[in-house]
Amino acid sequence: MSEHFDAIVVGAGPAGNTAAYTMAKAGLKVLQIERGEYSGSKNVQGAILYSDALERIIPDFREDAPLERHVIEQRMWVLDDESYVGGTYRSADFSKPPYNRYTIIRSQFDRWFSQKVRAAGALVVCETTVLDLHMDGNQVVGVRTDRENGSVYADIVVLADGVNSLLARKAGFHGELKPRDVALAVKEIHFLPEQTIEERFNVKGTEGVVIEMAGKITQGMVGTGFLYTNKESVTIGVGCLLSDFKSRGIAPYALLEQMKAHPAIKPLLAGGEMKEYTAHLIPEGGYNAIPPIYGDGWLMVGDAGMFVNAVHREGSNLAMTTGRVAAETVIALKAQGKPMIARNLAAYRKALDESFVMKDLKKYKDIPDIMDKHRQFFTAYPRLVSEAAHTMLTVDGIDKKTKERAIRKKFTLARSAFGLFADAFRLWRAFE
Amino acid sequence: MTRIEEKLFQNRYRVDTGRAHIEIADADICAVDCQEKPCTFCCPAGCYAEDNGGRVTLITDGCLECGTCRVICGEHRNVRWEYPRGGYGILFKFG
Repeated sequence: MSEHFDAIVVGAGPAGNTAAYTMAKAGLKVLQIERGEYSGSKNVQGAILYSDALERIIPDFREDAPLERHVIEQRMWVLDDESYVGGTYRSADFSKPPYNRYTIIRSQFDRWFSQKVRAAGALVVCETTVLDLHMDGNQVVGVRTDRENGSVYADIVVLADGVNSLLARKAGFHGELKPRDVALAVKEIHFLPEQTIEERFNVKGTEGVVIEMAGKITQGMVGTGFLYTNKESVTIGVGCLLSDFKSRGIAPYALLEQMKAHPAIKPLLAGGEMKEYTAHLIPEGGYNAIPPIYGDGWLMVGDAGMFVNAVHREGSNLAMTTGRVAAETVIALKAQGKPMIARNLAAYRKALDESFVMKDLKKYKDIPDIMDKHRQFFTAYPRLVSEAAHTMLTVDGIDKKTKERAIRKKFTLARSAFGLFADAFRLWRAFE
Repeated sequence: MTRIEEKLFQNRYRVDTGRAHIEIADADICAVDCQEKPCTFCCPAGCYAEDNGGRVTLITDGCLECGTCRVICGEHRNVRWEYPRGGYGILFKFG
């Protein structure tokens, strides 16, 4: 492996695959290195696939991609100990092709994606871990792998090595992740007969349901839970800020067990067979936590660059978009015969700034801080909302006006009138 | 409650025997300087345990390669963390 490549891509998740695919398709000589047994065997996600980002590079992906269910119903639940208050949006419109989002199983989906990368002409090498970057002064010129004589060289190295971003850290491009900038999510997949899923979630064919959850299930920590329906399985998981797990002394698997035992969730899993338990860090620091994403001879894409919109639970689409934009930057420089140095690669950052990626992350830049500092959004409010619903929906001979007064009193006792106003203002400012 | 071992039992691994990809750099730091020992409760695979003498032991066989232990050890930086050799470690069936 001492050949010279136009580009080396480290990692075969959605960001790395998109970058490798796009560059290979444009005729560049691309090497992609993946440490797993096959592309996908080290990758973890919920998982929801947003069609748009993939469509831009593989318009006909629906023809052969392994997709589970297209999402027609989205539920948002705020849970208390015994109850939940929620909203549902379901539309038959979501069942008209082309579908907007799908549940997927990542190991299968990534494997399919990898076939496309190979077909586009990239050389994909698996079971190979990249140990560090080869430098020539400040310029990244290649990578050192754990294979014998495992050094390879290229004009540009695309770092798509995921949230832990070890390579850039070892090279000193950025520091260690902060526990408050990442969420630790744990997840299980439970297999159920297709018919059971259809009956339980009121869907047919490939229709699917997504449930996003907040409230008591995170035990006061900043975080959310989720349940997604696949063809013959459901995935259930919960993620909270790592700093919260640390300060609260809660074991993540115990949190998941407790969530699964909730009276609203337990029946949805009943009779299922758990076949895998996974954990993953999700970069949730947002705009302010984005590290340098380019330098002499390197570009950073996907989770490594903290490209996750935690508010909207979007990540894989940002990964694909950053992967594509990085590839397009390289392709353009190559065509112009310009060297892969920071000054020229700055075009990548500029293009991202003008895309939805940075615009969305910038819009929500204050959210992580607000959620971290104002725990009432995860503690007091779920309880208050649940109690309010309980009060209003219990028929007990008390008039509704008296009930409203009691509810208002509970809210002001918990947060004070000023506190309520301030919280509303905070949210309005943050989401504006 | 399901024990963590039962959960991990469902997973597929190729263990690189004799080559732990994560190591505690200095056992004394865990035993003496670190009171909270967050690795012993934050690790989602329960790889870290505290023995009676207050020492932290690490068995990486069930590791999910998430990075939690390295990130939470921020003050002491006492976790030497690498990915397993190519092809080894957790092999997600579904991910």
